[in-house]
Amino acid sequence: MRIVEFSDILALIAALRWTVGLTLIAIALGGPMGLALALMKASRNLVLDGIATAILQLIQGIPLLALLMFFYFGVPVFLGVDIPPLVAVSIAYVVYASVYFGQIWAGSIAAVKQEQWEAGACLGLHKWHQFFYIVAPQAFKISLPASVSFLVQLIKGTSLASVVGFVELARAAQVISAATFQSTLVYVLAASLYFLICFPLTVWSRKLERSLNGAN
Amino acid sequence: MQLRFAQLERFREQFIVGLAGTVELTVICVVAGLLIGLFCAFAYKRGNPRTRKAIYVYVEAFRNTPSLIQLFVFFFLLPDLGILLSPFGAASVALSLYFGAYATEIIRSGMDSIPAAQSEAGACLGLSTYQIYRHIIIGPALRNVYPSLSAQVIILLLGTSLASQVSANELFHAATFVESRSYLSFEVYAVLCAIYFCLVLASKLLMYLFGRLAFRWPTHR
Repeated sequence: MRIVEFSDILALIAALRWTVGLTLIAIALGGPMGLALALMKASRNLVLDGIATAILQLIQGIPLLALLMFFYFGVPVFLGVDIPPLVAVSIAYVVYASVYFGQIWAGSIAAVKQEQWEAGACLGLHKWHQFFYIVAPQAFKISLPASVSFLVQLIKGTSLASVVGFVELARAAQVISAATFQSTLVYVLAASLYFLICFPLTVWSRKLERSLNGAN
Repeated sequence: MQLRFAQLERFREQFIVGLAGTVELTVICVVAGLLIGLFCAFAYKRGNPRTRKAIYVYVEAFRNTPSLIQLFVFFFLLPDLGILLSPFGAASVALSLYFGAYATEIIRSGMDSIPAAQSEAGACLGLSTYQIYRHIIIGPALRNVYPSLSAQVIILLLGTSLASQVSANELFHAATFVESRSYLSFEVYAVLCAIYFCLVLASKLLMYLFGRLAFRWPTHR
């Protein structure tokens, strides 16, 4: 048994790179998929809207932990192939992020007044141009506070990857706590690191919300 | 590859016990969390600057750290403090405080949404402070934030799966047990996802009906 040393704290900080890495993967791939889902919901095509709604409802009814297990343990056994851990974990986070981003952005698009689309149509703009030049900029502004606060959820959610043995901050904390037996101290340290990342984002999200309310 | 869902039949008992655990944990945490939320929101409104600061620190600490880490902290911290609880008890404490932090924030924003003139009107009618809070502030405030509060309950329901990581006996824990016995990873996790999905649908329906019942009075808005 040994005590918690400075090198342990450095190890925790080093493990942050996968917390950040997983978040970036989830945003980079889940963002576009979320946008696609939001557009499907905004399309006013019954089939597309129905499919998007079904996907959103289904995935939002499943815990992230179950998604992780399903893609990490379930799917490789089912397909009979070896999926590298990073890929399996990434798929789960991409699915998770795309669904929640999709929900937020669909709501933001719906929050832009219908007249804005009609005004675009009056100017002879194509449907896509109405979206990109008129609706999207306004919807983006509306969606920003909720998107940032989901980003906080996502960063916190990456801690679940530790359950399948993926070494990010939470897993590193588990390893160090097993080596030192000072579990409370180590987990409080890990929690503080998460807090240092998430708190500024929360404050930013609240500031965005306030400026949005002031604008309306 | 063929699917063997039928082989899970003999683990029905485990799933039912796990389901009961998840429901129990959710109910405990929602009730305790709502009480914490009401109390803290009230204390934040009425309290002195030091109380407000303490509540602010509590809310932000729980909102900006992963609930998995919170569970581990409580799981190891409580015994250090001489409080010996079962894993299920420790998970209840951690998740109640977690839900309480979100509930505080939501209820507080609901109270802020009630115009000051409304409670002043109550004072003019000769209502006591308690009556004003009970009828004029808390009721309409809860009504205003009911959608976000019920969304938070769903998030909590999904979050109770984390309690399996401190070996509290709930649905997810039951599923990992069954998986380790049967090696039917795909089938077990597919069934698990289906159960959670049905549970969420049922809770949404229940909360919708409760909302219709509890907030029946008409508003002119």
